[in-house]
Order: sequence, then structure tokens, then C-alpha cells
Amino acid sequence: MIFPFVWRILPGPAALKVIELLVLLAAIVFVLFTWVFPWVAADILPPPDGTVDVTPSP
Amino acid sequence: MTAHETLPSRRSRRDDDGRSARPAPRRRQTVGGAIVSLIAELLIIAGAGTGLYVVWTAWWTDVVAVNAQTKLVDGLGQKDTSGTGTEHRGPAPVLAEPPNVTDVFGTMQIPRFGKDYERPIGEGTDREKVLNTIGLGHYQDTAMPGAEGNFAVAGHRVTYGKPLNQIAELKTGDDIVVRVTDAKTKFDVWYVYKVTDSQIVTPDHVETIAPVPNKPGVEPTASDRWLTLTACHPMWSAKERYVTHAKLDYWMPASEGTPKELSETTK
Repeated sequence: MIFPFVWRILPGPAALKVIELLVLLAAIVFVLFTWVFPWVAADILPPPDGTVDVTPSP
Repeated sequence: MTAHETLPSRRSRRDDDGRSARPAPRRRQTVGGAIVSLIAELLIIAGAGTGLYVVWTAWWTDVVAVNAQTKLVDGLGQKDTSGTGTEHRGPAPVLAEPPNVTDVFGTMQIPRFGKDYERPIGEGTDREKVLNTIGLGHYQDTAMPGAEGNFAVAGHRVTYGKPLNQIAELKTGDDIVVRVTDAKTKFDVWYVYKVTDSQIVTPDHVETIAPVPNKPGVEPTASDRWLTLTACHPMWSAKERYVTHAKLDYWMPASEGTPKELSETTK
């Protein structure tokens, strides 16, 4: 469904499609590393911070 | 026989597998197949995303934080001083606590963590502003280095540059060398602490960072010049804290030289 669709809409011959696919993946990883994961870490899954506190840290 | 008649899809599938590929039944089949492959693809994407998240936490946050922390150490403008100066054991000069959270006022070196281990210390223990970026955070309102009381510092055991990753390797007598620098007032002093003991507690044990560790309410005296490190325990868990205490051995103005502990090879 998704993967064949992406493969179909990418222009050019197969070799070019592979390169386009790699660029697309790199862009996705960049967006995830820069914005999505920091947001997940801060607001959804805060990692332990190592402090002692009267109110235990989440 | 009647059951068979009420299940046209099964019959059509059999037709399909059997002889010819008739257009109509084939199309009905692709709807179900498409849903299954869509679910499969979404699961693959979710799996890849989760895997990437682990890579980001365990590796990328370290890359970013170590880079930033190295720049912060350089930004303090601490100059290397040659020679081994006098070890002062009397009352130490103490820098006033910085007014703002995130103010970087010094560095910490721990030979046990490796020769190159040098991390900045920032004011406050805010996770986002200090621990995730600067690394080591000074608990606000605890003593400053060299002062009577407890200079308490928190840091990540894993991720974000993991400044206290090896805290459990510290042994009694190990050196923790702190250098406090303030360019404005030309303040630049070394403080050499020696590890006394470590403990593992639940995160609510605030008495570990009391002015006299584990004796809340007791007034510190001249011999109570402590340093306390707190980090997560076990690694990757928030369940407990690994707490290490150290006591001031001596101090030395940076203009006089460099503590011998830093030139010695790691034991």
C-alpha cells in the first residue's frame, strides 16, 4: 500500500528512485531527530534525571 | 453445502487458486489483502520509528551534548597553569552562587573517569535547561565549592552526554577536582575532593544532599566541606539514585599551578 505507492510516485528510472528514497529517508530521520524525538523525550517519556527530590521525579 | 453457498469469497478464492484468474473475484480479494498489507506496513514503520528512537536516546543525545559541553568548558577560558602549587587546607575562597539557572561557573574532572574527562557545571538541576544540555547541575541553595556544607551536583547516568555514567566505579579516596572560574571577578580556584562513600537510595532521600550528608538539620563545621554527586540507578531506570560523597582535601588558586591529581596517571 504505502511502500508501492511511494515507489510509484517517485519519478525517474529505478536507480534514480533508489537515490530519491535514500534522500527521503534521511529527511525523515532528520525531522525525527530534530523535532519529534526531543518532544517525545520531554513531554511523553521523560528519561530519569538523577536528582534527589522530595517529589520524586517522573 | 448451505454454508458453502453463504461464503462466496471462499469459493472465489478457490476458483482463483484453482484455474483461471477471473477479474471480479480477484478484485474483491485485493481489498482484504490491501488492508493486511497496510497494517503490515504501518507495523514496519512503527518498529523502525521505535528503533530510531532508541538510537536517538542512546547515541545521538550523547553526540549533541558532549559537543555542547566541550564548547562550554572552552567558553570558561580556563588557562592551563604549569607547576604544582601549594595545597591550602585552611578556609577556602568561595564564589557566590550564580544568580541564574544555567550559569556555568566551573568544571569537574575525575581521573577515574579517564584523563580527558572534563565537564562543565551549571547552576540548577532543571532537566531541560541544565541536565540535558550543560550536563552537571548544581542543586540550588546547596553550598558552593570550598564552602562549609554540601556542594551537591546531579547528572545523567545515561544519555545526554552521560556525565556520571561511571559513578559506580568511584572508590574511597578517588579524586574529584573542581575548578571554579569567574572571569569578571578574576576568581579561579581548584578544589580537590576525596571520595568517602557511596550509597544507593530511593529518589526521595533529600538528606543525602543536606549540608552534612545524611544528617539533616546539623550545622556544618569547618571540617564539613562536602561534595555530593547524584545519578540514576540502576542505569536506564528512575527507581533509585546512586549517591557518592566526597570531602574537601585542599584548594589551590589556579594561578599557583595545577593539582598533582590531574597529572598523575589513572590508578
